[in-house]
Amino acid sequence: MKRFLLGRIAQTVPVLWATVTIAFVLIRLAPGGPFTDERNYTAESIQRLNAHYGLDDPVPVQYVRYLGRLLHGDLGPSFKYANRTVNEIIADTFPVSLQLGALALLFALAMGIPAGIVAALKPHSAWDNAVMTLALLGISMPSFVLGPLLVMFFSLRLGWLPASGWESWPDRVLPALTLGAVYAAYIARMSRAGMLEILPMDFVRTARAKGLGAAAVIVRHVLKPGMIPVVSFLGPATAGLVTGSFVVETLFHVPGMGSMFVVGAFNRDYSLVLGMVVFYSAVISIFNLGVDVALGAMDPRMRSHRRI
Amino acid sequence: MRPDEWRGPLALACTLCAAVLSAGCGSRERPVDAASRQGVLLLGNLSEPKDLDPHVITGVSEFNIVSALLEGLVAEGPQDLAPEPGAAESWSVSDDGTVYTFTLRQNGLWSNGDPVTSADFMFSFRRMLSPELGSPYAYMLFGAKNAEAYHKGSITNFADVGFEAPDSRTVRITLNAPIPYFLSLLAHHSWFPVHQPTIRAHGAETTIGTAWTKPGSFVGNGPFVLKTWEPGNRIEVEVNDSYWDRARVKLNAIKFYPIGDHKIEERAFLAGQLHVTGTVPLDRISYYSSTRPELLRLNPYLGVYYYLFNVTKPPLNDVRARRALSMSVNRGQIVRYVTKGGEDPAFCFTPPGAGKYSSSARLDEDAAGARALLASAGYPGGTNFPRIALLYNNSDAHARIAQSLRQMWTTQLGIDVELVNMEWKVYLDQTQSLKYDIARAGWIGDYADPNTFLDMWVTGGGNNRTGWSNRQYDILVSQAAAEPNTEERTRRFQQAEAILLEESPVMPIYFYRSKSLVHQSVRGWYSTILDRHPYKHVYLTPGG
Repeated sequence: MKRFLLGRIAQTVPVLWATVTIAFVLIRLAPGGPFTDERNYTAESIQRLNAHYGLDDPVPVQYVRYLGRLLHGDLGPSFKYANRTVNEIIADTFPVSLQLGALALLFALAMGIPAGIVAALKPHSAWDNAVMTLALLGISMPSFVLGPLLVMFFSLRLGWLPASGWESWPDRVLPALTLGAVYAAYIARMSRAGMLEILPMDFVRTARAKGLGAAAVIVRHVLKPGMIPVVSFLGPATAGLVTGSFVVETLFHVPGMGSMFVVGAFNRDYSLVLGMVVFYSAVISIFNLGVDVALGAMDPRMRSHRRI
Repeated sequence: MRPDEWRGPLALACTLCAAVLSAGCGSRERPVDAASRQGVLLLGNLSEPKDLDPHVITGVSEFNIVSALLEGLVAEGPQDLAPEPGAAESWSVSDDGTVYTFTLRQNGLWSNGDPVTSADFMFSFRRMLSPELGSPYAYMLFGAKNAEAYHKGSITNFADVGFEAPDSRTVRITLNAPIPYFLSLLAHHSWFPVHQPTIRAHGAETTIGTAWTKPGSFVGNGPFVLKTWEPGNRIEVEVNDSYWDRARVKLNAIKFYPIGDHKIEERAFLAGQLHVTGTVPLDRISYYSSTRPELLRLNPYLGVYYYLFNVTKPPLNDVRARRALSMSVNRGQIVRYVTKGGEDPAFCFTPPGAGKYSSSARLDEDAAGARALLASAGYPGGTNFPRIALLYNNSDAHARIAQSLRQMWTTQLGIDVELVNMEWKVYLDQTQSLKYDIARAGWIGDYADPNTFLDMWVTGGGNNRTGWSNRQYDILVSQAAAEPNTEERTRRFQQAEAILLEESPVMPIYFYRSKSLVHQSVRGWYSTILDRHPYKHVYLTPGG
């Protein structure tokens, strides 16, 4: 187990390095720079700013310096938000995205798994059709359609929930629903498929034959193997929920990392974009690693095939 | 499937909906109502400020916050932004209009209790002008004697610059030449004082981006103090008890929300989360003006929307081609059917409201004349006119205007332009390096005077992104800047503007309107030409 973990961690290092390098080059290729502004800065001002941020050195020097700082966990100052470092910005915004992602995931699991189980137990019944129709709707409807619809109904018509913001708990409801909806739909379909695969198996029939009640059979024997597709989906899903929520963050004016990242790219805030790319890559690698470990624990077959 | 089979799923769906909604629970008091009761103003502020250092910032969103935290020598009146006493309780002007002597008030205090002294202003002016800080707005101080030379490094002794502090309560400013709008200029953030010990405590005085502008560190002399700054979420300021005019300040706090998307900001307003929005989505203006006119404010704003012509390459290096394009545009139609925000069509470059100035020359719209001009330039009926591109930055509003222009030129002149839209920074890069034929642009005045619109077109001006240069124009603008006689000064500016219109390196389309939705409980929020609203005069009436 230890060797497996160490091996996987070692694999992520070159991946992170490649990501940083590509991002470093790409952002500098984009036309315009951090200090290109509607009101022209004077040549002297630009020179001062470039010197202040070390942008007057040759690009390879900047690259080596960046990697050096990165090894010490220093992501540098933001070029746009003058009084904040990238580390501070991530420390401010990541917990928000994490909370939004966690709530959305919780909602997705709480809705998706029971719905999938119900659908699988009575395939092609009204329950099944209702769940699968809803799931199809959830998958097909993009968040920038669902979000404003929810706002129009719950905020503007009924006045029950705030339309945007991130100050009190009611603020969290609509963004989490919007972000979680598509994942709930996927999870419903996956748990249905997973259950349907396990239900006709011999060991299930054996369990029934030895006189176990229907509920006990499901909970004790079917649920665990039936949920394997869901668990393997959870890694990318969690990463996606935590890092890929910039549309929802923008729609609801949530001060998370996603919206900062997008704005950073528009502002050509080189260090902010790079820092967030590094951080995102690290987060995604960690989630994928976590899933591999969890799957091994759930499914004996995976343990035996595991690379060492 | 039997209908009764659906009962189960339906019942479950209803239960779930009810469960989800109970999280939001019942009829809440809307945030604006609660805030009005507590004297807290909720403002949409469009974008996250890059800093709150008055010597570093450049944007309107930043000014909106900084003007609550700091106060210059002179403040602004609520209705017309007329100069009124600020950090200085009184001032006098020499007969020739070049020396201003300000007396600071005795009870002027920083938010930490320190007295506001003339040394603070000297420190601030020196910092603003220091070449090391590289402030993009340093030129706002160039009216003072030797200020430009100091900023450019040709003199290094600050004592030679036209700022003096004869005693701790007197600030004397000597100008190169009289500036009729000088007092109004002092309300611009580039002239604001900063607290010297605070800045020094957080690093070198000319290092940008130190932590002195964070809550807990920020020390100001304005009516409010910085309480919270949650990046991307909100900035909250609360009333400053040591402010000299504390009795007049009626608001207890202001919360600024940096909501960049106009539709999302509008939804927040409709859901009762904002008192005032930063703008109004274009396609919603007609809705508000017909059904909720009491909420909508469309006020004259000191800005002009225009197009740039790249005069360095054919066919637009020919003034006849430029004038033909400009003359064949129907500006009235654009404001009536495209922008629809109550804008005024622009037949000159300087908008109304720039002091007492108005342009004497005027662009004509004359399709037949335009065709004749184009023919004389060698393109009769548009034949052989090279295919040129019209550049704008990504935005629905710009796209719609560009499309109408294209259509007008096709019908009136028989020429076809290609529409090219680009992301903001790419667009800026292209216009700055003159890699375009025609490009959209906009300019908001920094102060109410024609100079802020006309000095940008002088040869080599940083914002003159057309390649245009006219010696006579340069002379007139610099003469106007040094002209003590107001009428003569206006005349010079009018002559300069006439040249600008005649030569047409730019094509004005319309004069801006500031657009906002204002909740009915907000009082003391007037239409001002710079869209500024001095907060100490604003108050809220609960239930209003």
